[in-house]
Amino acid sequence: MVNTKVTLSGITLDNPVIPASGTFGYGKEFAELYDINILGSFSFKGTTKEPRFGNPTPRIAECSVGMINSVGLQNPGIDHVMEHEIPEMKKIFKKPVIANIGGFSLEEYAYCAQRISEADNVGIIEVNISCPNVHGGGIGFGTDAAQAASVTKAVRAVTKKPVYMKLTPNVTNIVEIAKACEAEGADGISLINTMMGMRIDLKRKKPVIANKMGGFSGPAIFPVALRMVYQVYEAVKLPIIGMGGVSCAEDVIEMMLAGATGVQIGAANLVDPWAARDIVLALPDVMEKYGISDLASIIGAAH
Amino acid sequence: MKQVMLKVSSNRALTKDVYEMVLSGDIADIGRPGQFVNIKLDGMYLRRPISVCDWDGKAGTLTIIYKVVGKGTEYMAKLGEGAVLDVLTGLGNGFDVTKSGASPVVIGGGVGVPPMYGLAKRLIAEGKKVTAILGFNTAAEIFYEEEFKAIGCETIVTTVDGSYGTKGFVTAALANIDSSFFYTCGPSPMLKAVYDASRTDGQLSFEERMGCGFGACMGCSCKTKYGSMRICKDGPVLDKEVVIW
Repeated sequence: MVNTKVTLSGITLDNPVIPASGTFGYGKEFAELYDINILGSFSFKGTTKEPRFGNPTPRIAECSVGMINSVGLQNPGIDHVMEHEIPEMKKIFKKPVIANIGGFSLEEYAYCAQRISEADNVGIIEVNISCPNVHGGGIGFGTDAAQAASVTKAVRAVTKKPVYMKLTPNVTNIVEIAKACEAEGADGISLINTMMGMRIDLKRKKPVIANKMGGFSGPAIFPVALRMVYQVYEAVKLPIIGMGGVSCAEDVIEMMLAGATGVQIGAANLVDPWAARDIVLALPDVMEKYGISDLASIIGAAH
Repeated sequence: MKQVMLKVSSNRALTKDVYEMVLSGDIADIGRPGQFVNIKLDGMYLRRPISVCDWDGKAGTLTIIYKVVGKGTEYMAKLGEGAVLDVLTGLGNGFDVTKSGASPVVIGGGVGVPPMYGLAKRLIAEGKKVTAILGFNTAAEIFYEEEFKAIGCETIVTTVDGSYGTKGFVTAALANIDSSFFYTCGPSPMLKAVYDASRTDGQLSFEERMGCGFGACMGCSCKTKYGSMRICKDGPVLDKEVVIW
């Protein structure tokens, strides 16, 4: 009998497998297919203060071993999420969820964090700092250590829930950003968000995606994600949720060896809607194969 | 939605670049014309959404028609009899045959023609008098005219260059038809033209680049009178009254 339990900021998960924000909606579409309570948790669709339609279509482009998306944070807004999605989520998922929030100003981040904290089924707040700061010339909060720190501080001030900062990989020095978040009281680090990429349609000779560029995800980015998790693990004392191209139980274990406590599954859910469940089911056998009896014991073991 | 392994029973060219593939296996989840399937292909990351042309629940066969436009459909065109595909079935809402009235018109353009066939067949089974308008660019691109006639549709073919049938777009033929309701699928400019020319209620089937095909990724959202809808899950068929352009 193997032990797959892991603990993130005092919240014990049955296993480290967590569908990533933006690939799992609010769980509804997947709960129609299987009992999603088999999952460690899930991170729901990134929520902003106001409802957002997002970017124009096409929003999706295929790549070798991955995909690009430019959804643009489409979501129904925090009021709708609090009134409708949270109660619906409680019906289909009995464990604490991860609330992913976005924002375009410090005020918006703080507002969303404060509101979402009122939901008793929210275990962790995951703050997406890949959004552009509308008051800061549109530069992404997550690409600048000082700005990343200021979002952390703003969110930290308004909630007692664990705050995990979700970092963008589109930076020169990921360690510096992670440290800045830690210094302002983050409880954990989630990484990586998608990598900026693009495709051009040979027939039209124009970008495939209406917004020209988008976030590249899928198995192709796994080595980059793994490397960044490894680096951040060495630099901060915080628990890490690792993600980026994770597609099977072996990838989960590799992420944990690099330093992740929780592991998110993103693009894989879109290609195979049962991917996250199948990874949970495969974990015990893969653990046995590699002589692992307690999954938590391998966190950071590659260092 | 159901994930099934389907076997290729036949795969033949209908025109230079349009193919008809018949798949056999468990297709129990396909319930309405206008739905689509999402096919996993070796070496390609995203599945390929393809509309259902026709299906036979008893025989367990599914017919799809696809145009070779890129890597994925090129791969499909090369598949031989016996090849097995991983397919998500029963995706999308499909057309509502109960709205048709006595004499509906089905209007397909190019690779928008296939879903009209399964729809027409079911409307005729309900005792409706169905007119089909099939639009193509040119005579060489025409397919399924005989198939529509064989199921009892009054069938009108239009070609943009006038090389066969009525010259012009599908709307050239639509102007002369008295119908109770319209159903349409085709390129977006055609849908808009049909919408503008229509004098009855109707349903339009839209196309968009998709991530997942089952409503999770919000990759294919569109704006409607009642807020945003996902082409893959809330569509691909939308009622005329909800559509905004």
